[in-house]
Amino acid sequence: MTQAPVSEPRTAPAAGRGRSARLGSPASIVGVGLAAILGAAVLSLMIGAHFVSLPDAFTHLFGSDDGSQAYAVIDSRVDRTLVAVLVGAAVAIAGVVMQGITRNPLADPGILGVNSGAALAVILGIYWFDVTTMAAYVWLALLGAAVAAVVVYAVASLGPRGPQPVTMALAGAALTAGATSITAGIMVSSSETLEVFRFWQVGSVSGRDMGAVAGVLPLFAIGFVLCLIMGGILNALALGDDLARALGQRVMVGRAVGALGAVILCASATAVAGPIAFVGLVVPHVVQLLVGPDYRRILLGSLLGGPVLMILADTLGRVVTPPAEVSVGIMTAVIGAPVLIFLVRRMGVR
Amino acid sequence: MALETLESPSETTKSEAATVVRTVRRRVRRRHLLVLVAIGALWLGLFAARVLLGDFTVTIPDFFRILFGADIPVATFEVMESKLPRAVMATLAGLAFGASGAVFQSMLRNPLASPDVIGVTMGSSAAAVVAMTVFGMDGLPLALVAILGGLAVACAVLFLSGSKGAATYRMILVGIGLAAALQSVIQWVFTTTDVYKAQDAMVWLTGSLNSVTWSEILRVTVTVAILLPVVAAMSPRLQMLELGDDAAQGLGVRATQTRALLMGAVVLMIAITTSVVGPISFVALLAGPIARRLNGGRPSIPIAALVGACIVVAADYVGAYLFGASNLPVGVVTGIAGAPFLLWLLIASRRTIKDG
Repeated sequence: MTQAPVSEPRTAPAAGRGRSARLGSPASIVGVGLAAILGAAVLSLMIGAHFVSLPDAFTHLFGSDDGSQAYAVIDSRVDRTLVAVLVGAAVAIAGVVMQGITRNPLADPGILGVNSGAALAVILGIYWFDVTTMAAYVWLALLGAAVAAVVVYAVASLGPRGPQPVTMALAGAALTAGATSITAGIMVSSSETLEVFRFWQVGSVSGRDMGAVAGVLPLFAIGFVLCLIMGGILNALALGDDLARALGQRVMVGRAVGALGAVILCASATAVAGPIAFVGLVVPHVVQLLVGPDYRRILLGSLLGGPVLMILADTLGRVVTPPAEVSVGIMTAVIGAPVLIFLVRRMGVR
Repeated sequence: MALETLESPSETTKSEAATVVRTVRRRVRRRHLLVLVAIGALWLGLFAARVLLGDFTVTIPDFFRILFGADIPVATFEVMESKLPRAVMATLAGLAFGASGAVFQSMLRNPLASPDVIGVTMGSSAAAVVAMTVFGMDGLPLALVAILGGLAVACAVLFLSGSKGAATYRMILVGIGLAAALQSVIQWVFTTTDVYKAQDAMVWLTGSLNSVTWSEILRVTVTVAILLPVVAAMSPRLQMLELGDDAAQGLGVRATQTRALLMGAVVLMIAITTSVVGPISFVALLAGPIARRLNGGRPSIPIAALVGACIVVAADYVGAYLFGASNLPVGVVTGIAGAPFLLWLLIASRRTIKDG
């Protein structure tokens, strides 16, 4: 097993890239990122089963309800675009922090089984307690995500040579398989639960009511704060635990705070939009190629890059198989799998 | 005792050494046979329980009368249309999954390698679900599509992981990635159909014996009857491959050819089985290590196949009768039982996986 590239995910591949400095300054990251989000959002408002021209989109966006079909379309697209921004940012940031604190370039809430833990908790809530509110989903998802994260990390730590990328991915896969089995068992025996759950399960931002989402915004805020203050700690951790300690970082406290923040963000995002796979994996790596190895910049870039990927995936999903719509969670998985395979090959895993 | 004799060669003549080797070999063979008989008896017991017991009990004489054509009201229907086909199919699926798991684990020299971890079963499922719901296929064409799906994923994993025979972990990770993408394709199909079709697909996707027909059983029987002996016959060569390609070449085994042949046979066997019962998770993964442990640390494809049969028959019984009114698909039971086992295997493999 080639140890070096695995344990130094950030610094090794990106250090030699001088041109990455082009996008390096925080101001340019924010500028480019916001412009990209804006562009994607405009596309998202225009494109879908019902095409709305740019002038019409703006007229209806800032106008009042004139009862027209275009207005209703824009109204629903505004909601799902906003949800996509929120969820995309949350999952991407969670991905950065998970990759940083585990020093595992393959860490992603989907791959590590955190999403399926959250999903399992939610379906148990629907099945046993007839839970239907977003707020209740969030707390259930939080509980499930936390348990899954602890189990996967503990199992991987007890495995050969500590928490390796492979053991973590396998532990995540095992947990996902087990959770999926229980989920399937419940859905087979209860068609009401199946009806509620099957659309939630694939990860979607359509038909999500902003009013319901607003209730969980405080939780998102806490998660974002906890993750975004991790920049310096993640930079230190990338050098190895010993060096990080020598630099005055409290390694375990830093890891715990990061894990808490990442789990809160994953759970909130999962509660709102269902499990979204691979965004947390893909965005940090792409952003890192653009902005270099500094975690503070990667966090900032991913905060803006996650929404771009989510909005574009959602928009693409509306038009690839007309008249049906492909949920965003499915689009991101199809986009993300090749990236995972590319990363695995580049890492030189044997 | 045997080892002590071997360690003092000065006092051991050649013929004595030969006797020792022969004794050890005989003991290994005897243990293998003993385990094989014991696990076979266990399977027979489980099979009988599955057919005779449950919420509708059939007596042994009645069972044989039904088997030879007697028409007993209700009982004949229960046995011939539900209990017997399920038990037979469970056995066949267990044999196929168990044997293929053992082959994968030996071939890739990794206790975690199995067709479901690498994504082969997911390939069959995804192809079949799309063919079924989008193109309305059924019967033999559906089975062919499922087989092609499994083969395609197997080839893709081999190709994408840059197979030199040693990149096991890369194969596993590439497999996990492909499986995740395929899973989402299945879920897409799942959301586009109506709720009744979805529930049908759901049962099938998790691995289920609820609606197997005798013609499907015949198809799988032929497959397993041809391929299982082929795979079992190649197991000595497989054991040499475990020594590493170079050593195997030295012993006269053509490594690449053997591996391709085994892989082809195993993938075909799984794909055909999956096309009938869906992906029954973890059976392939569980059977290999259990068989190895029973057989004193040596791999054995026949034992793994029988262990697989026991697992599926038992899981089907548990799913059908032990959860009250709801009839759980067999794949749900194996999934719930198998996940903790895989986690345990990850921890326990500390000793078996040394490096890379």
